[in-house]
Amino acid sequence: MPEKRIVLKNCNVIDPRDINTYLEQDGFKAHTLALGMTPEAVIAEVKASGLRGRGGAGFPCGLKWELARKAPGDVKYLICNADEGEVGTFKDRYILQHDPFTLIEAMAIAAHAISAKQAFIYLRAEYHYLLDVLVDAIDQVKAKGFLADLDINICEGAGAYICGEESALMDSIEGKRGEARFKPPFPPSKGLWGRPTIINNVETLMNIPAILLNGALWFSQIGTDKSKGTKVFSVSGDVDRPGVCEFVMGSRLDEIVVDWAHARDIKMVQVGGATGGIFPYSMIETPLAFESVLGSGAVTVFDKSRDTLDFVFRTVEFLAEESCGKCTPCREGTEVMLEILGRLASGDGQQEDIQMLEELTNVMALSSLCGLGQSASIPVLDTIKYFRNEFEIRIQQSVFLRSLRGQQWQ
Amino acid sequence: MDNKLPVRGREDLLALLRDEQEKARHIDEQFIEQTAQSMGLSIGEVYGLATFYHFLSTRPLGRNIIRVCKSIPCYLKSSQLIIETVQAELGIAPGETTQDGMFSLHLTNCIGACDQAPAMLLNHDLHGNLTPDKIAQILEACL
Repeated sequence: MPEKRIVLKNCNVIDPRDINTYLEQDGFKAHTLALGMTPEAVIAEVKASGLRGRGGAGFPCGLKWELARKAPGDVKYLICNADEGEVGTFKDRYILQHDPFTLIEAMAIAAHAISAKQAFIYLRAEYHYLLDVLVDAIDQVKAKGFLADLDINICEGAGAYICGEESALMDSIEGKRGEARFKPPFPPSKGLWGRPTIINNVETLMNIPAILLNGALWFSQIGTDKSKGTKVFSVSGDVDRPGVCEFVMGSRLDEIVVDWAHARDIKMVQVGGATGGIFPYSMIETPLAFESVLGSGAVTVFDKSRDTLDFVFRTVEFLAEESCGKCTPCREGTEVMLEILGRLASGDGQQEDIQMLEELTNVMALSSLCGLGQSASIPVLDTIKYFRNEFEIRIQQSVFLRSLRGQQWQ
Repeated sequence: MDNKLPVRGREDLLALLRDEQEKARHIDEQFIEQTAQSMGLSIGEVYGLATFYHFLSTRPLGRNIIRVCKSIPCYLKSSQLIIETVQAELGIAPGETTQDGMFSLHLTNCIGACDQAPAMLLNHDLHGNLTPDKIAQILEACL
């Protein structure tokens, strides 16, 4: 399927420092339209479009809004998740740099839909250099009178991957350690300070103005059965042309990796960030959509020179470092995985290591509190599945090396 | 700044610690104690925050903080060479601060600049497509 620009349509078209260039591209027309509609009608339109969350989980956006709308209470909050910490993901950075206005317009529409008076943009500390352009954009929108009923606060993180997880993010805004909460309750019923809250990823919100302007029907005709619209991908690793691109949902992995990014000698591709699925070259024609795999849209390419075990070890090292530590399966599980993978990577593996990894990841997937621990198993199990021989050879080599050293065990 | 919340309560604790980190280059015991007292929180709660986030430190950091990305996309583009170059230029290992207090070196997880890998943050500025030569220039510009 082809490249198509909905989310990125204004990038490199408008001047992110000048709202007038945005207004020339139909800026704030959707907002005006939305204000003329009842909140229920706006939500119905978003629901009918089939838009699903772009941060990784893929929850239906309209349903999220409806739940928050229907939740009892006068005070409701809207949060834009700009804590893009997923490894290999930089699309939100690109969007914020090039088109902050669409995001602000979308937030104003979302706030209208749930009658929120206060909104937050949670910006990761690593993106502090984007603060200026965002603040400037909000000020310009205010000056034009578009934010009469809404306060948008920018809330900066302080370096924590887990704060991209929505409940940890809310704890962080509340001035606490960013630790995942037990669910339910879910944010639309009990979120920030216990109030109904919607949390949407930057990219999810970017779709909203286009949906209102062109209609839900238009949007729902793009993409696949269960994945409507487009997806913005962040392509990096062993490619000639790393960067951000937007494709219709259901596009094949090779269209992005080979045709767009000019990768060669591909060994495998990881889709969706650190806990994303692994695709060996034989599966390069996999369509990317919620039905198969999508995650955050990170596409990291590994060529044939790369060592699988080295990759898995480094991935799990990342997850162990960034586990918030609240639940035992994730805190301890990532550490034990790291220990096993560490000895495998350094040539000191043991016969039962593969089996231990499989058992451990099962427990973690079943019992962890949030997505980090639940999906930490994916890159491990996927590489074992597709590159099992590399694990086995490493264990054989380990046994041989130990025999040379005169160690008899295992 | 217009878009920041006015100082109110617990929700400002993180911003307070971040400001102190910028100003004093670390968050010391005295500050933790005082803040806890003035906000009616336990010392443990404030300390817990100060040690949870990567950008906060209870040990003094240098005037310039270098955070070289060590995540997979940068690693695939030889971030190891960049780390070694910075180490050699500054004579410190990751996690350390130079004796003159000018530089701290940290390794960090993905900073969202994988299209410009290998990349690093120098204080709040992003430097991408790094080479050993570039490192020397960037460090010199700090002096």
